[in-house]
Amino acid sequence: MGILDSKIPSGPLADKWTKHKNDINLVNPANKRNIDIIVVGTGLAGGAAAATLAELGYNVKTFCYQDSPRRAHSIAAQGGINAAKNYQGDGDSNYRLFYDTIKGGDYRSREANVYRLAEVSGNIIDQCVAQGVPFAREYGGMLDNRSFGGVLVSRTFYAKGQTGQQLLLGAYSAMNRQINRGKIQAFNRHEMMDLVLVDGKARGIIARDLVSGKIERHSAHAVVLATGGYGNVFFLSTNAMGSNVMAAWRAHRKGAFFANPCFTQIHPTCIPVSGDHQSKLTLMSESLRNDGRIWVPAKKEDAIAIREGKLKPTELAEEDRDYYLERRYPAFGNLVPRDVASRAAKERCDAGFGVNKTGEAVFLDFASAIERYGKEKALTSGLKDPDKATITKLGEEVVEAKYGNLFQMYEKIVDQNPYKTPMMIYPAVHYTMGGLWVDYNLQTTIPGCYAAGEANFSDHGANRLGASALMQGLADGYFVLPYTIGDYLSKDIRTGAIPTDSPEFDEAEKQVRDRMEKLMSGSGIHSVDYYHKKLGKIMWNKCGMARNEKELKEAIKEISALRKDFWENVKIPGSIESKNQELEKAGRVADFLELGELFAKDALHRNESCGGHFREEYQTEEGEALRDDENFKYVAAWEYKGEPKDAELHKEDLVYENIELKTRSYK
Amino acid sequence: MKLYLKIWRQKDASAPGKIVDYTLDGVEGDMSFLEMLDILNEELVSKGEEPVEFDHDCREGICGTCSLQINGEPHGPDRLVTTCQLHMRKFNDGDTIVIEPFRATAFPVIKDLIVDRSAFDRIQQAGGYISVNTSGNTIDANSIPINKHAADEAMDAATCIGCGACVAACKNASAMLFTSAKVSQFALLPQGQVEATERVQNMVRQMDLEGFGNCTNTGACEVECPKGISLTNIARMNREYLSATLKG
Repeated sequence: MGILDSKIPSGPLADKWTKHKNDINLVNPANKRNIDIIVVGTGLAGGAAAATLAELGYNVKTFCYQDSPRRAHSIAAQGGINAAKNYQGDGDSNYRLFYDTIKGGDYRSREANVYRLAEVSGNIIDQCVAQGVPFAREYGGMLDNRSFGGVLVSRTFYAKGQTGQQLLLGAYSAMNRQINRGKIQAFNRHEMMDLVLVDGKARGIIARDLVSGKIERHSAHAVVLATGGYGNVFFLSTNAMGSNVMAAWRAHRKGAFFANPCFTQIHPTCIPVSGDHQSKLTLMSESLRNDGRIWVPAKKEDAIAIREGKLKPTELAEEDRDYYLERRYPAFGNLVPRDVASRAAKERCDAGFGVNKTGEAVFLDFASAIERYGKEKALTSGLKDPDKATITKLGEEVVEAKYGNLFQMYEKIVDQNPYKTPMMIYPAVHYTMGGLWVDYNLQTTIPGCYAAGEANFSDHGANRLGASALMQGLADGYFVLPYTIGDYLSKDIRTGAIPTDSPEFDEAEKQVRDRMEKLMSGSGIHSVDYYHKKLGKIMWNKCGMARNEKELKEAIKEISALRKDFWENVKIPGSIESKNQELEKAGRVADFLELGELFAKDALHRNESCGGHFREEYQTEEGEALRDDENFKYVAAWEYKGEPKDAELHKEDLVYENIELKTRSYK
Repeated sequence: MKLYLKIWRQKDASAPGKIVDYTLDGVEGDMSFLEMLDILNEELVSKGEEPVEFDHDCREGICGTCSLQINGEPHGPDRLVTTCQLHMRKFNDGDTIVIEPFRATAFPVIKDLIVDRSAFDRIQQAGGYISVNTSGNTIDANSIPINKHAADEAMDAATCIGCGACVAACKNASAMLFTSAKVSQFALLPQGQVEATERVQNMVRQMDLEGFGNCTNTGACEVECPKGISLTNIARMNREYLSATLKG
């Protein structure tokens, strides 16, 4: 297979991971003490990996741009984490979780990786409970579950609407234990500026202390990149303001292939954009689709009246509402996968049925859930013939217990009470399935450089199912990478500490300094945000929920021109040798300006629609995605060759031995 | 609306700081407080001045990065929100707004409105964890039933985002609410019992070492906490501490 060897172990699907663990080399405990590992990013994947590697005995250095590892953006994940525990007895199994994930990803992910993910999912829940993660429980003291999109079982574990926070604090606490033992050195408020290769192997990084501005050299026997996704290439997304692609992109420039950059998830339930000042978008958890019903008015005149404030949504009769997901997809209804739900919302809004000022919003309505829960609660409380007000009150209490923090968040932002009037939602960029290409061991095409969590491309294909990102981040960090990295490091037991005074480090540091000086030398016309917003507009309009050849070609040209303009005219006050947030942003936007072009190039080359990648030229008569398995059943891995336009395509054919490729149907 | 801003500017940790006046026009009610500052910074950058630096990241109230003492209150006048969730509709045209960093000896200023809260990390490192290795062989998650009420209460304590508002609100700059939230989370769960004695002692010792003050039951921390962490947690930590001390 040449350079793209996925290293998938042989044997039956269910035995591959166990067999692999038995076959790979180990490093003995005494030797682990002589081996250093750098982990960049301290979210679920990075935090979990750092803690576990340190427990094993390696010397770990962690890096994060935030002021504490606890603030990584995994913390914002709301809804939950999947695991095939089958606690609900609804027929769940490792195989079903595997199958749902492959199907949900529209058959663009690796069977072996996804099966392993399903296999270790149960361990994650055991581990987290042992760490003291306070998952939601039932009255009997057992763990509670809920449902997420694209599946027919209840396998999602959750901690109110703050599951990501609780899991991250779990990983952070595991890190803290190792920091206390001296096995992890945490470099917070530090940004990785470049990867250092010695003899073709990843042997360290150049980092910038974001407080003092100092450039530092750090060496290690292996480097793990767990730096999250690149959704901020769209400027507006649900990512944190600081989320960026720099570490992954620097590695890409040094030889790591970048896979499927155009596979981006646009999440259906976010709070709509309110104006030009907007700096970020806020997600309303997919868990709300368990109980909320999505609709727009059935008649255009009603939609117009609602937009103009002449009609209240609550005044509209049931028969005048179009519950379009329930209508189009009766089997899954409001719980279709995210890509399907997003496109359906866009379709209705494009057709003129949007319900807010801008015409880009649909309703997410809890009225029937409130009534249903209210009646149930009245019954179990022994109330006979309760009136409507009592039912509503009881129902609202139940809904508050389930989603209170999300409802509060909505009210603070929109200034409307979602218990009394339906929420308004619209799709927004949320997650990137694409990322650094990795083999089964999570190693990139650079030996010794690993990628975990959202930063890699491996498990979600063309669309990620809800509650699977937390699962993958922790699976990679706790249960996969700590094993697989040992196989590589077993060859390094006699290497000794890697010196940082080598010509390779000199050169890498020089490149970093030159780049910053070049950024600072711009003519000073426009701010960094000016460019970032312009890039975001191009991406959203031409590489967003629906793409076509003409616009993608335009996007490539426009991004390339914008990049040139940026390097000539960006304005950055302050200096390199001090805290400088504008300079930090500039470095990140510079990389987004390269990635954005590769993104469009990837989207242009993929002449099919699959998952989150929807090409208008390739759709069925009903407007569903039309996949082309004959020509595109592969991972597109791009090799850096200078300008993004020159990137060279490598294909990893996806082999399906256990699952029959089908047209995804949620009808 | 038009606003008169009085903002703390400080070049770095060692430089003296001062309040600088800015006038900002065109602010809309739908903007968040940080988006208002974005606009100010955009103006400053276009004039070639250094923007006001402030900590922020998720902008949805969960990461705990944003801070700011706004008109004397941590995270401003609204309740149960962080600064990033505070919207300008809470202010009126012509208002004067004083913006300072969180003030505490244990939170030294790094630049402008940014403070160093690494003392919080060190308190957690002293014992804010359960010593369990990652193995894949821990017992099944459902093997120890946990009373729903206890689990919910542990969750309420665990929602602390570590922003430091409690410290900034406290006249003693005490970190008791922060520390007790973690102590409580583990005290309420069976998994936390094994190390309970050492945990509370080590975390409290570190808290004192960092230079935080003590609690005198004013309750300002609870009022200003964006996550509504309850004072009950401090009472629980005091009980845990007392019983740990008696055990020796």
